[in-house]
Amino acid sequence: MSTPYAKLPGWAEYGLIPLVNLAVAFLVAGLVVLLVGENPLEAAYHLINGAFGRGEYLGFTLYYATTFIFTGLAVAVAFHAGLFNIGGEGQAYVGGIGVALACLWLDQTMPWFVVFPLAILGSAFFGAAWAFLPGWLQAKRGSHIVITTIMFNFIASSLMVYLLTRVLKPLGSMSPQTRTFAEGGQLPKLDWLLAIFGLDIGTAPFNVSFLLALVAAFCVWLLIWRTKLGYEMRTMGHSPSAARYAGMSESRITVITMMISGALAGMMALNPIMGEQGRMQLDFVQGAGFVGIAVALMGRSHPAGIIPAAVLFGMLYQGGAEISFEMPSISRDMIVIIQGLVILFAGALENMFRPAIARLFAMQSRRSAVVAQTKGA
Amino acid sequence: MDFFHVLVVLLESTIRVSVPLIFAALAGLFTERAGIFDIGLEGKMLGAAFAAGAVAAVTQSVWMGLLAAILISIALSLVHGYASITQRGNQIVSGVAINFIVAGSTVILGEAWFRQGGRTPALGEGARFQTITFPYADSIREIPILGPIYSDLLSGHFILTYVAFAMVPISWWILYRTRFGLRLRAVGENPGAVDTAGISVIWMRYRAVICCGILCGFAGAYLSLAMTAGFVKGMTAGKGYIALAALIFAKWRPFNIMLACLLFGFLDALAIRLQGNPLPLIGQVPVQLMQALPYILTVILLAGFIGKAIPPKAGGVPYVKER
Repeated sequence: MSTPYAKLPGWAEYGLIPLVNLAVAFLVAGLVVLLVGENPLEAAYHLINGAFGRGEYLGFTLYYATTFIFTGLAVAVAFHAGLFNIGGEGQAYVGGIGVALACLWLDQTMPWFVVFPLAILGSAFFGAAWAFLPGWLQAKRGSHIVITTIMFNFIASSLMVYLLTRVLKPLGSMSPQTRTFAEGGQLPKLDWLLAIFGLDIGTAPFNVSFLLALVAAFCVWLLIWRTKLGYEMRTMGHSPSAARYAGMSESRITVITMMISGALAGMMALNPIMGEQGRMQLDFVQGAGFVGIAVALMGRSHPAGIIPAAVLFGMLYQGGAEISFEMPSISRDMIVIIQGLVILFAGALENMFRPAIARLFAMQSRRSAVVAQTKGA
Repeated sequence: MDFFHVLVVLLESTIRVSVPLIFAALAGLFTERAGIFDIGLEGKMLGAAFAAGAVAAVTQSVWMGLLAAILISIALSLVHGYASITQRGNQIVSGVAINFIVAGSTVILGEAWFRQGGRTPALGEGARFQTITFPYADSIREIPILGPIYSDLLSGHFILTYVAFAMVPISWWILYRTRFGLRLRAVGENPGAVDTAGISVIWMRYRAVICCGILCGFAGAYLSLAMTAGFVKGMTAGKGYIALAALIFAKWRPFNIMLACLLFGFLDALAIRLQGNPLPLIGQVPVQLMQALPYILTVILLAGFIGKAIPPKAGGVPYVKER
């Protein structure tokens, strides 16, 4: 596909345009706040204060960010190969099975650092398995990946309701969840990390899976930009015909990419299950798979962009809770609107402001050229 | 006789739940046939349902409610159109965005305006659709077989139900028997050819998107003005996605869409009916399996195991005029 837009310097491409898009999304969100009859500036204050104002708040923000790093990376990996994995929600949900199995099996006999690696493998395995079928169907049978992954989200949700109400629920219990794990199934908090900065974590569930998320982000960078497979993925994403011409197997790349993407989405389950609740509950994913889409779009599918984007959304989730506490007419659904607006402006309308910005840059460079000329003369 | 009675009840609820699916799937038909993927059906339907509930509650007029539903749905469609036609953005991303924006704002605005936990006030007599009873429906109910079919199955639905079923042949006629329809389908298959013939691809696609908005408006209005008396937050509950599945399951054809929607509606009605009642021969079927069945069937179909679903060729690709 040829881009009909002029090329911009890197910092404008990766910094300025996303920021402009984000600013517009927030402006529109501010209009909604006005429409509800509240002061947007006050809301913004509560949002930022609620997300960073105290050690505990920051802990919650980073806890949410952990989740979104995983799902954002999952969407981004698929984006690089030109695939739209909208099924992160379902893959994360099913990935929970792997975490729950590892914990239920070993939590009473083993310490967390033995259970954790197994749970990582389990979640990645189940998440990858749930993404394998859509990938395989796209590669071999030509069914559209977006539609199949949407369908798999719903199938996953039915499957998990079935498992949690009939199979994984302890006997005699009424609520659809697994039993609470013993100590081996609960991840230690990162209170020491915040303590370095003199902050008190309080009750926030900020835990070691955050470090895993950072490692995953680094591995994704390695994979995409430093390996043969990553090169093939990017080639296919840019031009499937070029990839085919170069002898790359399209179906192999599609299936492998989807499985990596699914594994990353599945690992998200570690954070809420082992890090916060200590058990697997219904709907523990809570839309994080979809937030991943916004995060990947904001972060331009690059780990270095995804981490700040995930923190931004963590801030929205935590600060949004605080807003709804301070300003009752703005419930947490405000986050959903902002999320939608970010997806709209950073994703679908990403080129809306590009012509204007490109014109500004063209004017700037022409002026400096004129200046250089006059100086030369 | 008892079995027959159960069947009639089951089919009646099938019709009731498939109406919004039919509207939404036909809406999707218009855009997707014009080459624009639309996973925002869910959001448009939800936005329309909210507009219908809110306006009908304020004006106490069901028709104002319907009008508001259609207008809001068209507005949302135009946002999708602007992003995917004019700005040539990713159509799936845009659809996802609309779903989120609507899901959030219906709750926020509903709570701010009516303060009932995201609901709109319950609608009275004049502010919602009433069922239509056919003449003599009561007197001939006693006739075996035909009586219940006439009185319970055909009579006693909302006007929108009949509109939905009428829209099926109307959509077929528009798409396959009018110049507009021919051009619309051509824009979805080979926009370059349409452009060569001197027809604006952009304007054609915008009109398709507006058609989609109108039909989604009906779907939403049916939910909040007919099926229930008022808007409840998140009331579409995935119906937009089921409609999308039905659209694909029907291979983008109007009459197949009606059958697919009835099938999915039947599965839904059956799942409710079977809750706790074991089936003969098979035994207890998990409700969750019944709920997942439409999606599983669509996946199997898409995989080409039941015929082959071939989407419009130019679907999802923004049109760029050669420069």
